Amino acid sequence: MSEPVIKCESVYKIFGENAETMLKEANGNVDAKTFQENGCIVGVNNASFEVSKGEMLVVMGLSGSGKSTLLRCISRLTDATGGKIFIEGQDLLNLNNKELIDLRRNKMGMVFQSFALLPHKTVVENIAFPLQIKGINTEESIKKAMNMVKLVGLDGRENYFPRELSGGQQQRVGIARSLAVEPDIWFLDEPFSALDPLIRKEMQDEFLRLQEKLQKTIMFITHDFDEALKLADRIAIMKDGIIEQLDTPANIVLNPATEYVRKFTEEVPREKVLLIEDVMDSTTTEDIGDLKVSKDEIIENVAEKILTQEKTVAVIDNNNNIVGSINPTKIINTVFGGRKNNN
Amino acid sequence: MELFKKYPKLFQWIFLLIVFFALCFAIDVPETYKFIRGQAEFVKDPNQSTFVFLGKEVRYYAFDVFWRLPPLLGWLPIWINDSLFFLMNDWMPMEFWNEDTQEYKTRPLVLQITRNLTAFMTFLIELIREILLGGLETIVAFTSWDWIDANPWAELPGLPWTIVAAGSAILAYKLGGRGLAIFAGLAMTYISIFGQWKPSMQTLSFILVAAPLSFIFGLSLGIAAFKSKRVEKALYPILLVMQTMPQYAVLVPALVLFGVGDHAAVIITMIVAVPPMILLTLLGLRAVPPEVIEAGRMSGCNNWQLMFKVLIPTARRDILIGVNQVIMVCFSMAVISAFIGAKGLGFNLLLALNQLNIGLALEAGLCISLIAILLDKMSLAWANKQVDYFGNLNFFQRNKNSLFFGLIMIVGIALAYFGSIYFKEYNYLFEVPHNKGISTADFWNKGVDWIFDTFFVYIKAFNTWLIVEVLQPMRALYLRMPAIATIVLVVGAGYLIGGIRSALVVCGLTLFIALSPWWDRALVTTYMATFGVIVSCIIGFTVGTLCFQNKHSTKFMLNVCDIFQTFPSFVYLIPVMMLFGITDTSVLIAVIVYATIPATRYTIEGLRSVPSGLHDAATMSGVTKFQRLFKIEFPLAFPHMMLGLNQTIVFALFMVIIGAFIGTEDLGQYILKALSDKKGAGIGLTLGICVAFIGLIFDNLIRTWVDKRKKHLGID
Repeated sequence: MSEPVIKCESVYKIFGENAETMLKEANGNVDAKTFQENGCIVGVNNASFEVSKGEMLVVMGLSGSGKSTLLRCISRLTDATGGKIFIEGQDLLNLNNKELIDLRRNKMGMVFQSFALLPHKTVVENIAFPLQIKGINTEESIKKAMNMVKLVGLDGRENYFPRELSGGQQQRVGIARSLAVEPDIWFLDEPFSALDPLIRKEMQDEFLRLQEKLQKTIMFITHDFDEALKLADRIAIMKDGIIEQLDTPANIVLNPATEYVRKFTEEVPREKVLLIEDVMDSTTTEDIGDLKVSKDEIIENVAEKILTQEKTVAVIDNNNNIVGSINPTKIINTVFGGRKNNN
Repeated sequence: MELFKKYPKLFQWIFLLIVFFALCFAIDVPETYKFIRGQAEFVKDPNQSTFVFLGKEVRYYAFDVFWRLPPLLGWLPIWINDSLFFLMNDWMPMEFWNEDTQEYKTRPLVLQITRNLTAFMTFLIELIREILLGGLETIVAFTSWDWIDANPWAELPGLPWTIVAAGSAILAYKLGGRGLAIFAGLAMTYISIFGQWKPSMQTLSFILVAAPLSFIFGLSLGIAAFKSKRVEKALYPILLVMQTMPQYAVLVPALVLFGVGDHAAVIITMIVAVPPMILLTLLGLRAVPPEVIEAGRMSGCNNWQLMFKVLIPTARRDILIGVNQVIMVCFSMAVISAFIGAKGLGFNLLLALNQLNIGLALEAGLCISLIAILLDKMSLAWANKQVDYFGNLNFFQRNKNSLFFGLIMIVGIALAYFGSIYFKEYNYLFEVPHNKGISTADFWNKGVDWIFDTFFVYIKAFNTWLIVEVLQPMRALYLRMPAIATIVLVVGAGYLIGGIRSALVVCGLTLFIALSPWWDRALVTTYMATFGVIVSCIIGFTVGTLCFQNKHSTKFMLNVCDIFQTFPSFVYLIPVMMLFGITDTSVLIAVIVYATIPATRYTIEGLRSVPSGLHDAATMSGVTKFQRLFKIEFPLAFPHMMLGLNQTIVFALFMVIIGAFIGTEDLGQYILKALSDKKGAGIGLTLGICVAFIGLIFDNLIRTWVDKRKKHLGID
């Protein structure tokens, strides 16, 4: 496997005056309570993980869990108190100001919860802003920005001001702006949290469509567990600055690591999250019916078909090879069983 | 005992008052004590005591320490004065090249710097003045008199008034639409037709120099304070004092440093106008959402780009409100700085007031108020204007205003040219000369005379009653307070409101005044301000509450407040002098009118700030209008109204000091005297600080109380 794009090694962020000395004295054993008694607040506590190229890591947690702080450490909007962060092998915390600006101008893009558009610039000017900051001349930057306007479907509104747009449209501008320099790494800080539920769903679909096309390395922050399940390749669940569990959506739903994570998974409709692959038997029995389903299907989409079968159903991969089988009872168990209430 | 436990604060206050009155009764008035009129303490008198400190001799009338503290700070004004003179005349003499005599000359460094500054300011003012009114100085500065003689074509006249009027209308149209444009055009035409063109343009040129310079300095200092906590901490006390410092007082040291004239006026205006600009810049930059800053950083902005491409454009509105404030300060200074020789409307106004020619004063005052309102509205329109997009317009649409102005230029010049042929004596299409315009002065003067003749008895009776029955007893009461009792009262109040910290601050401020030679005068200033504030608050509170009952009257009243606030403070003296002549009553009425503005405004704003949800909740629990007002709106609006009280005090103090122009016996009288005194710089500055400190004592107490109360109520 190639070098991870983002790599964190026991990152700490502690707010307060003696944060650094206290962290040293704690010797890697940070307890939020003792820190708080000494006037320090622990934002991120010993976060270690990697994000590989083209992967989408969703960091999920309730407010105050340290998820935004973690993102700001990785984008170095705040300096981490301890630990190491590598961006494509470069030690982020050792970069000087110029190198950091260079990195941001070329490699990083970020989308904000409150959109953070510049009120005095039009849509297209807002999108061209990072390009112009880089030193690209007005004409070319506007031309490039126009491509972005089309990408996010705002053509015809390029000369509007942010104040004239709806929340969803404003966030489209925010997304286009963060993509304007064609960054490899894309940070999204609760991009859809300020939007109405309907618009939010629309934007999520749009976002997935974009990601399919662009294949960026993404860190996506959200407080919405459903959103995390819908979008993520992997999910990191944070509580009080600690990453409680980092795994694929399916594994989190099937094997929650802690009580805290399990609470989130309780209400989740599994058939919407799990793939056939996650629940199939990898052994094949003789008694197999005619129906074949792909292992990458979400259960919900094929459940009805499978349940009408009396026999076990074959599971195939992309090359039409049979890789396993699934029994209708298995589907029923997955959908209705395994929950606290039913056990 | 129950009661005591329930209201501990109340009993603490009662205890404080008991101590205060006990002290007042315990300490007798010394037999030798009398209020010193005129400048008696500067006259040598064998009854005076003396002491010498830092080589300065201080003379004073000694009393019991409990009655009046000795002026231990009496050396301060003399010392300030001597230091200033030393700086100007003896410190760091250096060789400087002299253009005129073509040789090196020895001059003290500070003198050289101030002279260069002066020359620079004069150049700027002359430049604008000559564009508006014509003249040669600027062209000569780049060439020489000989060159002008050889090239007579360079003697360009100023712009005809038609062009300036139309130009301001176009600018007003661009900023604020048709209504503002019509107002601009009419105001300028009025000024021209009534023969006030020249002084108006002089005032305008003064403002066009002072305002942009103040803006630049204020903006840069505001940015510096935003960037560095240390700069902010260093600036903070200065900003605080400057907010309550009467503008008069700053004039005196400036007189010493920069001499007399427009240039000194510009510099002094900058000193007064920069602090509000700094505050608003800081406020605006602080209000930029952190995510916008982060977005800028993530776009790869360096610090410079972040400041000028992200922060300042986002904070645009607050910064432009700062510009508006700067312009307003410039106008009030345009009048006040006439005392140190600034030309223009202010000078005419002062002259007319001095000669008691109310009609002329009224005309000048009207003009200056018109220009002030115009510039105020224009800068506000600019601040509230949203940026428009011009990218997809063609050349003509984009530049239509400048093209139109070019057209006006041609038409105006043509008109002026025809005018020079048509009018034999004066070219009215170029400039209506002062005194040749329509004058209403006689009409007003006759009106004043008529009012005086008709209502003299009543006015006189009212005047006598007020002075004999109210003002003099009140003044006597204030002067009867022993110094110790006053200090105990003020410090005790500080302790009860804000704890030990507030008590210490207030104690320091009070001691400074008590140890200065002008404690009695400060008491008189306080008495006048108190009287003004009490009446203003009663009026402002009542009017504000009444107007708040109806949406239209609320809006109307706020507009009235806006317009009244735009008038330079001196203008208020005109009508009161018209009616009450030269008495304390005039000053107090001016104080009351002036100070009622913030009292009314803050009452309305306070009531308006009560959340509408609470309003609805109250209505749904079935309260009557009065219950709602007294149980919900007043308690919640009270902190904001107290801030209004704070402003009312500052306004009242300003006006009391300006009232010295009419003749009062308070600190202001001495400040005015210091203006004409060669060695007055130290005295003027110290007096100014005394006034500022009176304001700051109240400011500290009120603000501390408001902050606590707001925290208690959970509003911000």
